[in-house]
Amino acid sequence: MIETIIFYVFAVATVVSACAVVTVKNPVHATLSLVLTFFTSAVIWMTLEAEFLAISLVLVYVGAVMVLFIFVVMMLDINVARLREGFVRYLPLGLAVAVIMLLLMLSVVTSDIFVLEAGSEPVAKPADYSNTKALGGVLYTEYVFAFEIAAVILLVAIIAAISLTMRKRTQTKYQSPSDQMKVRKSDRLRIVDMPSSEEQ
Amino acid sequence: MDFLVSIWEWLHEYVQYTIYSGVKALAILLPLFIVVAYYTLAERKVIGYMQIRKGPNRVGPKGLFQPFADMFKLMFKEIIIPTNSNRYLFIIAPVITFAPAMAAWAVIPFNDTLVFSNINAGLLYILAMTSVGVYGVIIAGWASNSKYALLGAMRSAAQIVAYEIAMGFALVGVLMVGGSLNLGDIVNKQAGGLEHWFFIPLLPLFFVYLISGVAETNRAPFDVAEGESEIVAGFHVEYSGMTFAVFFLAEYANMILIAMLCALLFFGGWLSPIPELVGDGTGWLFGKTAVFMLLFLWFRATFPRYRYDQIMRLGWKVLLPVTIFWLAVEGVAVYFKIGPWFD
Repeated sequence: MIETIIFYVFAVATVVSACAVVTVKNPVHATLSLVLTFFTSAVIWMTLEAEFLAISLVLVYVGAVMVLFIFVVMMLDINVARLREGFVRYLPLGLAVAVIMLLLMLSVVTSDIFVLEAGSEPVAKPADYSNTKALGGVLYTEYVFAFEIAAVILLVAIIAAISLTMRKRTQTKYQSPSDQMKVRKSDRLRIVDMPSSEEQ
Repeated sequence: MDFLVSIWEWLHEYVQYTIYSGVKALAILLPLFIVVAYYTLAERKVIGYMQIRKGPNRVGPKGLFQPFADMFKLMFKEIIIPTNSNRYLFIIAPVITFAPAMAAWAVIPFNDTLVFSNINAGLLYILAMTSVGVYGVIIAGWASNSKYALLGAMRSAAQIVAYEIAMGFALVGVLMVGGSLNLGDIVNKQAGGLEHWFFIPLLPLFFVYLISGVAETNRAPFDVAEGESEIVAGFHVEYSGMTFAVFFLAEYANMILIAMLCALLFFGGWLSPIPELVGDGTGWLFGKTAVFMLLFLWFRATFPRYRYDQIMRLGWKVLLPVTIFWLAVEGVAVYFKIGPWFD
């Protein structure tokens, strides 16, 4: 009973905040709504006993990715009025994309993989069942190649992003900390012996 | 008495559970608040003596009631909301910092059995909770509608993203030795005296963790998010009264949390260093935590503030390579089952 209440509270919160992401005017508010959406989805995953995935979702998306998103959005000086133009113009295209996505999702959800056998509800695991261990076991044995390939793809993406943005800028002045640390007193300071008072 | 028992039995199972958990949570959080209050006094006293002055000594005997005086002052001050600020986010920002700082304490074990929630993914949960706290800082900086506050928020966001990675990697090292994400299991793996504690095989990771912990809590010498001499008070420059006090409370609770995690993960938690002579006990955990809490104050009294680019360099170019290198070393040690740690 209480699980159902928790599910509906957080499901409603997820849907409302997900709608807010695309409807609110202020980009920072939209990003914060996205953070809330991630957080409430994590809670829903938690009620499905997927605690490792739920906590990773909070750790990775809420804790790291969205911080960078907000960082960028706050720095940009976005003209809110201009963003709102063209809503009607792009409406048909947006609707078409939404309908296609809905159909795709329906085709997946109603396919054989997701249909439960008649009358069988998934059985809850005992309290000492470790989700983390089970996931690790599958990930590093059965799907180890897929896992490694995903890692390599991410590495390629990192290198690509760096090589796209790293260009020589002649104007930039920067400090070299290792040079700064190598400096000794004798490089900078010259002590001269000067008589303090002399008879004129 | 019978009347109370009959009321208790009449209550629904869920209500009973909620009340029971609430009482347990209060039993952890109320002492925590008192420790935070006296930690602020200890900070002023310790730094005072380090700088050859006395610190607060007027309220109560030896200044012992100073925290309460401060608390009442903050409670009765007006909360000023700046014009053109985002009123709703401005008020909610301290709460967002405060709530995860408290929630993280749910999985901290105080001894073998004394733990609020003994979950399997405890360490991961703590990492997740501490990483949510940065939103309070960012939102506070943005909602204040102040240049100083925004600068503080920006610095804080970049700094926390940088140091969280090093921190997470340092904890991966702990997992490799401990073989579990459960904090109780990690401590029990260190049983058998001083030489079994994880700080010996993980010494570089311990230092990385401690430094990242100081940076994560925005404490000196990494307190550029506040940086009094440059940007006044950074993200909380516009906050006053109770809203400021909540930020303050969260920061100190986080410092105590990091100190306690250092004790649990690297220094055997409640285990005695010489089990043949002295038994294990929660006192050991509190003693070790107190040492690390003192370190936080000591750092503040002795180190000058890092320059911003130096902070970034330290996080990305020094701490991160050190952790990755040490994880490789540890992998070899695990493979060859070296010492009393990797069996």
